[in-house]
Amino acid sequence: MESQLKVPTMAELFAAGQQPEVLFWVGCAGSFDDRAKKITKAFVKILNKAEVSFAVLGTEESCTGDPAKRAGNEFLFQMQAVTNIEVMNAYEVKKVVTACPHCFNTLKNEYPGLGGNYEVVHHTQFLKQLLAEKRITIEGGEFRGKRITFHDPCYLGRANGIYEAPRELIKKLDAELVEMKNCKKKGLCCGAGGAQMFKEPEEGSKDVNIERTEQALETKPEIIAAACPFCNTMMTDGVKNKEKEAAIAVLDIAEMIAKAADL
Amino acid sequence: MEYLPNILFTILLVAGIGYFAKNVARLRRNINLGRDVDISGDSSIRWKNMAKIALGQTKMVVRPIAGILHVIVYVGFIIINIEVLEIIIDGIFGTHRIFAPLGVVYDFLIGSFEILAILVVVAVVVFWIRRNVIRLKRFIKPEMEGWPKKDGNLILYIELVLMTLFLTMNGADFQLQQLGVDPYVEAGFFPVSQFLSVLFQGMSEASLIMVERTAWWLHIIGILLFLNYLYYSKHLHILLAFPNTYYGNIGPKGKFKNLESVTQEVKLMMDPEADPYAAPAEEASEPEKFGASDVMDLNWVQLLNAYTCTECGRCTSECPANQTGKKLSPRKIMMDTRDRLEEVGKNMEANKGSYVDDGKQLLGDYITNEELWACTSCNACVEACPVSIDPLSIIMDMRQFLVMEQSAAPTDLNNMMGNIENNGAPWPFNQMDRLNWKDES
Repeated sequence: MESQLKVPTMAELFAAGQQPEVLFWVGCAGSFDDRAKKITKAFVKILNKAEVSFAVLGTEESCTGDPAKRAGNEFLFQMQAVTNIEVMNAYEVKKVVTACPHCFNTLKNEYPGLGGNYEVVHHTQFLKQLLAEKRITIEGGEFRGKRITFHDPCYLGRANGIYEAPRELIKKLDAELVEMKNCKKKGLCCGAGGAQMFKEPEEGSKDVNIERTEQALETKPEIIAAACPFCNTMMTDGVKNKEKEAAIAVLDIAEMIAKAADL
Repeated sequence: MEYLPNILFTILLVAGIGYFAKNVARLRRNINLGRDVDISGDSSIRWKNMAKIALGQTKMVVRPIAGILHVIVYVGFIIINIEVLEIIIDGIFGTHRIFAPLGVVYDFLIGSFEILAILVVVAVVVFWIRRNVIRLKRFIKPEMEGWPKKDGNLILYIELVLMTLFLTMNGADFQLQQLGVDPYVEAGFFPVSQFLSVLFQGMSEASLIMVERTAWWLHIIGILLFLNYLYYSKHLHILLAFPNTYYGNIGPKGKFKNLESVTQEVKLMMDPEADPYAAPAEEASEPEKFGASDVMDLNWVQLLNAYTCTECGRCTSECPANQTGKKLSPRKIMMDTRDRLEEVGKNMEANKGSYVDDGKQLLGDYITNEELWACTSCNACVEACPVSIDPLSIIMDMRQFLVMEQSAAPTDLNNMMGNIENNGAPWPFNQMDRLNWKDES
């Protein structure tokens, strides 16, 4: 079934004189990380099912520069940004959707100042819209009645004030949404942000992802829902550390929607 | 000699306010050491933020117990200041309870001051218990040892003493009113201090006047001292919370500013028309330093932030790094910034107004690399601050200095950045493989 994914590139569409409705910004994790690639594919399945006219940049996509900027390398960030903006502007991109809150935040907030002005949405917002427009329909399916807790990604939640889109999607699955003691504005970081994903943590008493996983486990969930590839990794590692991986799944919301829609 | 008290009072008042004005000038000078920063944007949003967050205390009550107690002390502080106005007029002109002719309104005012005063006493006692008996975790972090702890308690003691003096003054006044002593006209309603009369039972008129006058004088002297204590204390927030919430960030929290100096260079590099050997266009000015290693590299809003911080520690208690035992504490970042800024200010005073290099800086001497690298940039500290302080922006500016001026990033991060530079991803994958996922099963 996998081979049936339709993933046009901007270059192909451009050559055919077409302009897609939206650019799907896959991101580095979504392109290369084995776990995140599953999220990418799940999201594409939904896009295909809903017959969304989209394209990816493919080999013309490059890191947004987020981890470089948060690590303090403004120079590298702006080099990445300017290069990406040149590519996107050449394709006259108007709207971008991405499954990575870090890419989302950077594209939405930090690219305009460098000449990249696009309407940028997170995939949970995009999926919500598809449902509202009835371009896809879902029922709870295997998620009906399941206890699901949602981990707010910092760069989606506090950074951009998006708390409801992912939660509405979970509710659409007829699942039981249970909140952790730190949620929404007070959500606790998974430990990956600010370029922490790419380095060893400083000395301390505990790793941040373990602390967050413990908060998640307190809600006795069957599923921990994530909306960020990095949070997903951190929470998956946390669940494994607690030896709960047989009982508790860490899933991206796009994966849940795709599964529920039997894709 | 009749006017001696009036003269004495006026001298005290002028000295108190004068010294305070001098400290405000210091404060302004120090804050203005910061770089300029763009604070454009909708000023109506800024006013709204100030009204909501500072005046309306909306972020204080996120934690209900501390929040409500704080609202009591805050409202008490503001309302009781109306009484201070009367005291000042009385002091200068030698009148007594000049507002007394307001009648019922006066009764209402004095009555509400008294109720607020006793509520403030209760709140202050609870605050003291939280700090010293319950020892809430956020009040006993390493950065709170020594002066910060003393400062916190001292403020509570001062408030307690001021409220006690206020009630004593009223209590004695009420007693004198009952006795019909001149000039103690019957005025005001004393729902709290009337119960102090048991203490004054059997006192002579002279002693009562003595008690009333002593309390009156000590109360106003205390207020003037407290006003001048502010600059040396974390308590400056009672004034600076207002400008600070006005100038606080109004964009999305995730939006970090793009460094303009870098943009110029990047544009030049990307411009195929640019002549790499061209001489610098203008008089070669020294290239701007990237990021911040000392307080002068920060912008003035960040320095205002540092003076506004009242060390409540809500930022630190929400910080994921601090919660998991790392050295980073956003509150310490703010306290260090203020301490260093004070040091620079004193240095300038000792050197005829200009700063002479003292071989120290914010980075290294106050804030360590280890603290800076522990930050996840999650914005929990920014969200938690009840007065719109942004410790994260200081951390990020200092990281920029470490990376762009000193190439002092941890090895792992250097690898990550090398990967981005070479193949457009933080991991060592080839950019040409970016779409491979499409055909993988």
